[in-house]
Amino acid sequence: MDLKRVGNQTVAFTSPPVILASYSVVGPMEGRGPLGKTFDKVWQDNINGEKSWELAESKLLQEAMQGAVEQAGIPLSDVDYMLAGDLLNQIISSNFAARKLALPFIGLYGACSTMALGMAVGSMLIDGGFASHVLVGVSSHHDSAERQYRLPTEQGSQRSLSAQWTVTGAGSVLLGQSVTGPRITAATLGRVLDYGETDVGNMGAAMAPAVADTLLNHFQDLQRQPGDYSLIASGDLGMVGADLTKEVMLRSGMSLGSEYTDCGLMIYDKSQDVHAGASGCGCSAVVFAGNIMQRLKAGSLKRVLLVGSGALHSPISSLQGESVPGIGHAVVIEG
Amino acid sequence: MFLFQMIIPAFLVGGVICVIGQLLMDLTKPSFTPAHVLVTFVTGGAILGALGWYKPLIEIGGAGASVPLSGFGYSLAKGAMDAVSREGLMGALSGGVAATAVGIAAAVLFGYLVSIAFNPKG
Amino acid sequence: MSQNMRPPTLKITPEEYKDLSTKLTPKPTVVKNCIWAFFVGGLICAIGQVIINLFVAGGLNPTQASTAATALLIFLGALLTGLGIYDEIGKYAGAGSVVPVTGFANSIVSPALEFKREGYVMGVGARLFTIAGPVLVYGIATSIVVGIIYYFLH
Repeated sequence: MDLKRVGNQTVAFTSPPVILASYSVVGPMEGRGPLGKTFDKVWQDNINGEKSWELAESKLLQEAMQGAVEQAGIPLSDVDYMLAGDLLNQIISSNFAARKLALPFIGLYGACSTMALGMAVGSMLIDGGFASHVLVGVSSHHDSAERQYRLPTEQGSQRSLSAQWTVTGAGSVLLGQSVTGPRITAATLGRVLDYGETDVGNMGAAMAPAVADTLLNHFQDLQRQPGDYSLIASGDLGMVGADLTKEVMLRSGMSLGSEYTDCGLMIYDKSQDVHAGASGCGCSAVVFAGNIMQRLKAGSLKRVLLVGSGALHSPISSLQGESVPGIGHAVVIEG
Repeated sequence: MFLFQMIIPAFLVGGVICVIGQLLMDLTKPSFTPAHVLVTFVTGGAILGALGWYKPLIEIGGAGASVPLSGFGYSLAKGAMDAVSREGLMGALSGGVAATAVGIAAAVLFGYLVSIAFNPKG
Repeated sequence: MSQNMRPPTLKITPEEYKDLSTKLTPKPTVVKNCIWAFFVGGLICAIGQVIINLFVAGGLNPTQASTAATALLIFLGALLTGLGIYDEIGKYAGAGSVVPVTGFANSIVSPALEFKREGYVMGVGARLFTIAGPVLVYGIATSIVVGIIYYFLH
């Protein structure tokens, strides 16, 4: 049997799954940002009438996933698997959204890399012949993440300049088979790297080596160069992480040019005072489901490399002084 | 104007004490959170109080030295020492809490009431 | 870092990466932060002094006035936290709003407020002491040690 595996860490799909539909739902602050118009739905406030921020996050995810299915125009019951993940303990946002959708459910945890991970695994399920429709979605919520990972939101304290702002939002894509539409042609799953960063206010620095490692292997596995892509977008490295990635890549013999950007630098503008940029599962998910998908469909982007970046720590491991392991997962989408 | 008595010394001494806190936050590791700052100040105030070094600050700065949390630490230590003078060894256990009971009770009461009355804005 | 990773691997050691990361990470604006902390912290203490003066004028002795002022400041800090104002001040003031007793009130209310949805016992009740707990533990323990040493010295 022919392996679909190429090189170290990459899979190349023989019948590439198509992104049938994508949908994004965000909070008010994201709606006011530079990408505001690219989102399908903008909430008026952060809680939208739910009882708690956790339930609000789950609602975001549910709306995004249902939105993608509706946009594709297929009945929900045609979906074979729902793949979802988020940042909260025991991925409750996803579990509760799955309770509403009642589809066969695979919960994923890759921290903020989960969107890319879900798209990779979903594509494997379809290309492998295990499913005809796979629904992928992730969510994050600023207030639920802050209180789990950092400090209460009402506490008067300063965020460090390298800190990033967790996106309130959820993005979803529906994968299937079709003759037209953006296709996922390859995926490179990353390995966990830890270069010893312990500062939870500097996630970008913790994740950058893992992203660079995934990029390096991706290019070698497929014998490609960064210039072969019209866009290389890392998940949520922010200002510090994006600079570090470029520098680490350069030292490893590969230079990222103007095609490289970071989703964390796209969502907010300077006046929104978020310091080093955006983060959270929702960050790369809503940028991809909104802005990037629109440009792929319009033909202004031909081949995109989305590299989700995840910080695989927990509040407990940080209190115990453990450094923050990072991961990067890459998927290739061609318009 | 009696109302404005001491306010300039209070402003200066209080400001300087807060600057010390800011330096602690900015120049130490990021894991040194506001909680660590508060614990450092209350403990530091108690130790300085025991050594007799905090009392002059209160005399010079008034509220500038009593309002920062180091002033709470000073009251705890002073309360314990005063009670030891009055009641002997048991005073060491009762004196600190007794001297600061109003503050502690106010913090619990107002903290509870506000938490019940308001919802977090995020 | 595992030694048996398949090549290619990054050509940078953790030590080199630490240096690079330190270079590219923005430093806190210490001078600006300290100026903010000085003015806001000083202002809160000056307000405290005015309150003390008021209580003295109202007939309390200086110690009582100081205690009453502390209670009032705690109330104000708690109220401003509930109204969602204190964290906005804290963004600029840093330690200037953490160190005064109003910051202690803020550290009591903010977790309790946030965890209200987890119930009145394990939510509000327990979380009131997330930060106040350690402060009381170390403050009271130090005062007891001070008292005992004082007893044996005198």
